[in-house]
Amino acid sequence: MEIDQYIPADEFCINCNVEHSFVMSLHHSGLIEITTVEQKSFIRIDQLRDVEKFARLHYELDINLEGIEAIHHLLKKMKAIQEEVALLRSRLYIYESNMDSME
Amino acid sequence: MAFVDYYKILGLEKNATEEDVKKAYRKLARKYHPDLNPHDKNANKTFQQINEANEVLSDPEKRKKYDQYGENWKHGDEYEKARQAQEQAYSGRHGGRTHTGEAFSEGDFSDFFQSMFGGAQGTGRGRTSAYRGEDYNAELHLNLTDAYTTHQQVITVNDKKIRITIAAGVEDGQTIRLKGHGGAGVNNGPNGDLYITFKINNNTSFNRVGNDLYATVPVDLYTAVLGGDITIDTLSGKIKLKVKHETQNGTKIRLKGKGFPVYKSEGHFGDLYITYNVKIPTNLTSRQKELFTELSKM
Repeated sequence: MEIDQYIPADEFCINCNVEHSFVMSLHHSGLIEITTVEQKSFIRIDQLRDVEKFARLHYELDINLEGIEAIHHLLKKMKAIQEEVALLRSRLYIYESNMDSME
Repeated sequence: MAFVDYYKILGLEKNATEEDVKKAYRKLARKYHPDLNPHDKNANKTFQQINEANEVLSDPEKRKKYDQYGENWKHGDEYEKARQAQEQAYSGRHGGRTHTGEAFSEGDFSDFFQSMFGGAQGTGRGRTSAYRGEDYNAELHLNLTDAYTTHQQVITVNDKKIRITIAAGVEDGQTIRLKGHGGAGVNNGPNGDLYITFKINNNTSFNRVGNDLYATVPVDLYTAVLGGDITIDTLSGKIKLKVKHETQNGTKIRLKGKGFPVYKSEGHFGDLYITYNVKIPTNLTSRQKELFTELSKM
C-alpha cells in the first residue's frame, strides 16, 4: 500500500467533524472503500471528495444512508447523460458547420 | 443595493418560529444544494440566497436586527450609533455595550448582507460550508499529425475560452487536468478542475503503438533483388532508405528516433518500424518472361 495515497479514517473524521461510524456505514453500503491495515482504517485519497460530499448530504440536509445511495446513483447517471449531451452537441456543431460550408 | 426579503426567500411569515426556519431551510436546501445540482449556476445562486436567509433568520440576534430595521436597513447603522450614544450618556460607569463582532461566515453573501451584518468571519451558528466547484470533463479531438508537435489550442468550455498547450506525444485517451478551470466554488470554495481527454484520430498510414510507429512500404522486385534506394514518408518528412540486395518480402527494419515524440520529453522519439512488401511485377512483356524463364533455369 502506498501510504501517500491513503488517509487514516480517524484523521479524516477529526478534521471534518464526521463520526467514524458514518464513514464505516458508507463503506458497508459500498459507497466507498475502506482499507484496513494493522487494524487501522484508511480512505483512498481519490475518494475524499465523495466522502466529504456524502457527509454534507448527511449532516447538512439530514439525508440518511439509503437516500445518499440513491442520490449518488442518480448523480452518476445525470453526469453520464450531461456528458453525452455535451458530446452530441459538439458533434452537431461540427456537422452544422460542415453543412454551412457546403452551402 | 436592494433590500433582501429573507422571509420571502424561505417562504416564511414574519412570525415563523426557529423550527419553521430550520424546516424551510432544510426543504429548500435539499432542492438547491450544490452537491445535488452540479453545473447548475442558477441553483447555486439560489442556494446562496437560502443560506444567507438561514444565517440571518436562524440567529436570534441577527434576526432581531433584521426585523428591527427591515427595509430601513440603510439607516440602520445611523440609528444604532445614535442609540449607543444615548445609552453611553446614561449608562454611567457601566459604559457602552461591547460588540465582539458577528459570528458569521462571509461567503458569497449579498451586498445587503455585508452592509447590514458586515463581512466579519466567525464560527457561525450554522454550518456554512465552502464548496469546491464541480469538475468539468471535456473531450478534445486531434489528428495524429497534430499530436506529433507541441502546439496551442483555444477551447471553449461553458462559454469560457481557455488556451491550452498540448505537448507533443499526447496519447489517445490520455486525460490532462487543468486546475481551477472547472465550475466556480461556492462560499469562497475553490474552483473545480477541468479534465480534458484526448481523442486522437489517425489520419496517417502509420500505426502508432506507444511512441513507436509502424508502416508497410512497397518495394519493387528489382530493388528487392538487386538493392537500391527508395524514398519513404515519415511524420517529419521524406527520407531516403538503402534497400539491401536480396531483401525478402516481409523484412522489417527499424529506424531509430523516427517514431512519435515521447510525451513531455523533448528531443526523445520512439522508433519507426518499416515492413517491406515486395511487389511482384505484373503484365510482363514476352521478353521479360523469356528472361525470367532463363533465370529460372540457371
